[in-house]
Amino acid sequence: MNAVLIALLVLPLLGAALMLAPIGDKRALRLGTTLTGATLLLAIALAAGFDRGAPSRMQAVTDVSWIPALDVRLHLGVDGISLPLLVLTALLTFLCAVYSVKKLPAGPGGRAFTGLLLLLETGMLATFTVLDLVLFFLAFEIVLIPMYFLISRWGSGQKVRAANRFILYTLLGSAVMLLGFLLIGVKAGTFDMVKLADAHGAGLSHTTQLIAALAILVGLAVKAPAWPLHSWLPDAHTAAPTAGSVLLAGVLLKMGTYGLVRVLLPIVPDGTATYAPYLGAFAAVGIVYGSLACLALARTGAKGDLKRLIAYSSVGHMGFVLLGIASLTPTGVNGALFANIAHGLITGLLFFLVGAVKDRYGTADLDTLAGATGAALYGRAPRIGALLAFAAVASLGLPGLAGFWGELLAMYGAFDPAAGLSRPAFVTYMVLAGLGTLLTAAYLLVVVRRVCMGDPKQPAPVADLPDLQGYEAASWTPLAALTLVAGLWPALLLGLSDPAVKHLLGSG
Amino acid sequence: MTTTHDLGQPVMTPLAVADPGGLIQSVDWVAVAPPLIAALAALAVLVADLFLPPARKRLLGRLSAAGLLAALAMLLPLVLGDTRSTFCFTSGGCSYTADHFALAFQLLVLGGALLTVLLSLHTVDSADAEKLPAGEYWFLLLSSACGAALLPAARDLATLVIALEVATLPAFALVALRRDGRGAESALKFFLSSVTATAVMLLGVSFVYAAAGTIQLQGIADGLAHAPAQLKPLAEAGAVLTLVGFAFKTAAVPFHFWVPDTYVGAPLPVAGYLSVVGKAAGLSGLALVTTLAFRPYGHTWGLVLAVLAALTMTVGNAAALRQRADTPYGAVRLLAWSSVGQAGYLLVPLAAAGYADSAEPLGATVAYALIYGLVNLGAFGVVALVGGSGRLESFRGLAGRNRWAAFAMAFFLLCLAGLPPGVVGLFGKVVVFRSAVDAGLGWLAVVMAVNVVIALAYYLKWTALLFAPSTEQVVAPRRVPASLATALGLAASAAVVLSVAPQLVLQVVSGSLF
Repeated sequence: MNAVLIALLVLPLLGAALMLAPIGDKRALRLGTTLTGATLLLAIALAAGFDRGAPSRMQAVTDVSWIPALDVRLHLGVDGISLPLLVLTALLTFLCAVYSVKKLPAGPGGRAFTGLLLLLETGMLATFTVLDLVLFFLAFEIVLIPMYFLISRWGSGQKVRAANRFILYTLLGSAVMLLGFLLIGVKAGTFDMVKLADAHGAGLSHTTQLIAALAILVGLAVKAPAWPLHSWLPDAHTAAPTAGSVLLAGVLLKMGTYGLVRVLLPIVPDGTATYAPYLGAFAAVGIVYGSLACLALARTGAKGDLKRLIAYSSVGHMGFVLLGIASLTPTGVNGALFANIAHGLITGLLFFLVGAVKDRYGTADLDTLAGATGAALYGRAPRIGALLAFAAVASLGLPGLAGFWGELLAMYGAFDPAAGLSRPAFVTYMVLAGLGTLLTAAYLLVVVRRVCMGDPKQPAPVADLPDLQGYEAASWTPLAALTLVAGLWPALLLGLSDPAVKHLLGSG
Repeated sequence: MTTTHDLGQPVMTPLAVADPGGLIQSVDWVAVAPPLIAALAALAVLVADLFLPPARKRLLGRLSAAGLLAALAMLLPLVLGDTRSTFCFTSGGCSYTADHFALAFQLLVLGGALLTVLLSLHTVDSADAEKLPAGEYWFLLLSSACGAALLPAARDLATLVIALEVATLPAFALVALRRDGRGAESALKFFLSSVTATAVMLLGVSFVYAAAGTIQLQGIADGLAHAPAQLKPLAEAGAVLTLVGFAFKTAAVPFHFWVPDTYVGAPLPVAGYLSVVGKAAGLSGLALVTTLAFRPYGHTWGLVLAVLAALTMTVGNAAALRQRADTPYGAVRLLAWSSVGQAGYLLVPLAAAGYADSAEPLGATVAYALIYGLVNLGAFGVVALVGGSGRLESFRGLAGRNRWAAFAMAFFLLCLAGLPPGVVGLFGKVVVFRSAVDAGLGWLAVVMAVNVVIALAYYLKWTALLFAPSTEQVVAPRRVPASLATALGLAASAAVVLSVAPQLVLQVVSGSLF
């Protein structure tokens, strides 16, 4: 099993190195699909071999010394929290690779694109598997350079500015996070996340915990992103190519929330408990702020960009995840982890769809798309229209689809927060979050009305609008199917995460 | 430890003995071999220059490289064996100690000089207008390297000052060797500021000697701790003045203003040499003086160095950030300012050593200096390869003209920035951060974190430029001189190896230095 996990990390890394060799662009893209496909198979094999009876135990563990001078160990493993994220990452990267073979964004060519995609995948997978704080930081940083170049070279619009903003913001966050990690490592004498989590903050004084928790929280909140540290996100999403947006929303944001669950909650519990109400407040503001921003963008005449709108909706959705984590209850954290996966699936799908619409129309400007009555995708490209409507209602949290459970559980967690947290405050946050769900439903329905409905006969910006293509169907169907599966059978995920969450929170 | 001991002769030899042979100081030639071989190679090059016909002058460069290689090889028995000391006083204490600290810095200095030789071979040997006089160039370079290699092993103030002067005096001449007018001006600027620093430092040294009654570093620590109260101000003034002198050589803010002009005016390999070896010399001297001699004042100079470090990195990085892509010599100017910023990071563990009251954090400085030296010389190498006006703009689209040079440059820059795939640079920063956090210098760590982000902005701009589409039409790629390719290959592969196995360099962090 641990060989599978190591192969999972090494394969994309070797693939990225291989892209330095002179091979043709077309062949490089196909090779990239093969490699990411093989990585996905490895991830599925890992999931199949995972002992579902003991998801709170680290499985497929490798633990060898790497840098004795710093006491850094190559400590890898998966449990019920990281496994779904691992599979999601491998899946989304594979789908992006499949999509990019046919629809490579304008830029310097397929070889560099594939190399960066594979390097990005290495960093994302490593983040979810490493169990050493310094390695976690390293994995966190690996994704920056590939994503920077994906945005700045294959993006559109103000791409260089957006890419710079993305990388500088995130680096500032992670540098501060590193300081927190080092403080923990220096005071506790180890960087091993499993040992530190088992200690539950024993051996760390209250002051140390407060400082370390603040540093780590800031770093991860930039990545997540939590309001008010989110302002890099809309620009980056608007400028990024489709594959970049999908991975940015689908995986990179999860690295922040995963870090909160994996590092902050178990390792510095006292510090976390002190900041939890503030985190909850920022989360609640983020939910309302994100949906209000989306509503403003969706208005007629607002010149709202669809990609930007979905980026802001991510701020709102990640707010639910943060709220669930801030409640410090197993229910809330389980909900947060579920919402993580659900957001990865649904927003990944949405970005694929919007990217396709943007490719067809040459713009993602809602006013240009909609014209006087609406873009009428139902009439002109019915399959794309239907998928878009499906993704939108999944995103607004329709029961039976993936978006529902996570946000419900997160709010339920906030309704009954952990002992020691102010209940009135959290109930207020819950009410705000409830208001947020209403606003979310409002703007998504506006989007569906303006993009999917309308008069097909009205003069449109483009005359010829091809419906769903084969490669699009291939890369989107898995996401839609999984959205449905996760909505109908939430126990699939919750059964995995619940014991692990209880273990991390020290109650199971 | 000394051979006098080994021969069973008395340690304290009265002057009026019948056995005059006992007075002759026995020298441990193995311990002093690395700087000595460099010095001998320098002399050999100077003499050989007189007798070689112009057509054969190319041999001189090869001879210098061989000398440095031999000096590097002599480090090996010292690393594997025990700490050796020589030039010992009969009263105890030695002037030259080849401990791990000294060996690590000697590795940096001699390795850096070797890379510099490889980088300069084609400029010195070429027949164009910028031709440098071969014999003098190699002689000066080797002499300077000899001084810089001697310095980290020096354990008394006199040897320290002499070694520092041996390292810097040839450097003035090296800077002036470029004969296009800029060289002389740069050299003068460098000379004046450096001589001032030396004068200030000598004054400080004399004060310290007066207060402590000895010039041995260990002895000064004891002497200062027990100095009479009325000598305290003298001792403190002496300490401050000595530190100022070394701060000049390290190019710490506010003693940094000579750096950009000097680097721009110097021949390119010399600029690289100054940024690595010159800085290493100043830094090792600073580390020795602070942690060994001025130990009793730890908290005072700890704070001073922490403030200096914060200022240095902030000013250096802010100035580097302001470099425009189209100014002439912009690339060297940017590297010059970035080297000022990097000097700030290098000072952080020194400050931490003051706070922690132990020499342990110094390991982080040593490790970071080794990493920085390697990748910075690599970056200078690519700048030499690209040549031309040295504008940043001339790097645009390098990936299309010379893929491997572009990849190497990107890797060096990312190592300097400390971002994967430049893993070794990242871990270099991690150990520096750790030393600060460990010593309770949280504010300095935060300042440094902000600076790392500022620095990323300009390193990344440069990296992105390498892969940007080229605006000018594609010119036929110039043939890369073999020596330059070797130097770049060496630096790049060493950086890659260290990225995979950072333990190779980071082991100095956990081992004992002195």
